[in-house]
Amino acid sequence: MSLKQYKEVLVNPLIKENPITLQILGICSALAVTSNLNVTLIMCIALTSVVSLSNLFISIIRNYIPSSVRIIVQMTIIATLVILVDELLKAYDYETSKKLSVFVGLIITNCIVMGRAEAFAMKEKPFVSFLDGLGNGIGYSLILIGVAFIRELFGAGTLFGIPIFGDWYPTNNLLLLPPSSFIIIGLFIWLIRGYNNDQIEEDEFDLSKHSVAPNLNKRELNV
Amino acid sequence: MNETIMKTLGVTLGVCLLCSLFVSFTAVSLRDQQNTNKLNDKRIKILEAANIYDESMSVEDQFKNLEIRFLDFDTGETYREYKDFDIDKYDQLQSLRFSDQSKPVPADKDIAIIKNRENIGKIYFSTKDNEIDKLILPIRGYGLWGTLYGYIAIENDFNTVVGIEFYEHKETPGLGGEVDNPNWKNIWVGKEIYQSGDVKLQVIKGAVDQNMNDAKYMVDGLSGATLTSRGVSNMIEYWFSDSGYLKLLENFDYES
Repeated sequence: MSLKQYKEVLVNPLIKENPITLQILGICSALAVTSNLNVTLIMCIALTSVVSLSNLFISIIRNYIPSSVRIIVQMTIIATLVILVDELLKAYDYETSKKLSVFVGLIITNCIVMGRAEAFAMKEKPFVSFLDGLGNGIGYSLILIGVAFIRELFGAGTLFGIPIFGDWYPTNNLLLLPPSSFIIIGLFIWLIRGYNNDQIEEDEFDLSKHSVAPNLNKRELNV
Repeated sequence: MNETIMKTLGVTLGVCLLCSLFVSFTAVSLRDQQNTNKLNDKRIKILEAANIYDESMSVEDQFKNLEIRFLDFDTGETYREYKDFDIDKYDQLQSLRFSDQSKPVPADKDIAIIKNRENIGKIYFSTKDNEIDKLILPIRGYGLWGTLYGYIAIENDFNTVVGIEFYEHKETPGLGGEVDNPNWKNIWVGKEIYQSGDVKLQVIKGAVDQNMNDAKYMVDGLSGATLTSRGVSNMIEYWFSDSGYLKLLENFDYES
């Protein structure tokens, strides 16, 4: 592979093929861990390291994995990496690990990790798979950090827990609650697709033109 | 060639073995650090319950200012020393494993569903001008998914709540997990436990009407977490009853 292709594998998932805004994957954690930038950042690092390393290891043994049990083998590797990350967090950042609680464990079921393993790492060489994982992890992180920035700044009036607006700013509970991430991610998708028209999906069917309401009396007569 | 049964079994077994090696190696090598974190976190909770935690100072130094005593639940007596127990290391939850150090709680009295209660407890208090200032008592009880472990701190009138903290629980995040919500914990401050000798403090369903006479004995329930709220209520009732700390509170002699 040429240098240009390597670069594409790494850069494409950032905006052009972003796992969250284009493929709409990994939304669950994007809702849960984005009310505070500190926590979000740790989650992003955790997911990026899991997805890039799982891609690397799965790609290394890809030629030995029997296709009948490939998902199980992939899951074993992913789960191992997630447990390692969880244990490291408990040892070196106990506070954040308590705040993330179940969401680190839930990386195991994050569709991005599984999707990259199945779609990319099972076919490509180790190094390029690693880059693909890294790119997707960073793409996920970009969106999450964007969401967390808006939620924490306009929700609590702080960034990384440091007050920005001062005491006059009332906390905005809508932004602090998880559903607000849906709205913000929706706005991001709109923004990206407005700029990058290729991402707009074609309608699955044409909507028929406005039609005249059926005449109920007539139908009764038919019966 | 990958599809033979031997190969399938071999690869799966190999991957599992290797992975479990990694996991157990990390778990064992990080255990000490994790235990230190846990202990530290528990100490912070003890200090926070009494509302005396200062983030800018080391936890260990602040914790040294607290006095710790053994408590004999059956008599209500406290001891500075008891048998050959080391007061810094004694863990009353460990003694639940031994039948000579704990007793099963009779079913009709076991409202907090703790099953066994240790014979010797451990209590903490802060002092001011040679008098006891705040008393911090460990509590535990069953919520929805498991036992909640925490501390409740009371003023030296042995009736007014200073604060409540949980250091371990398995409640649903966002519902029962809201026992960690600072807003909810703040509701507890200033509430009173006993009314003419009986435990009156409880977590009610819904919000407390502040104009009611008994408002000082009631704490807002957690919405969507009826069983957790009830669990916390039962926990208070059990630990401040006769089988809990009542004997201690009736005649606590700090000088002894």
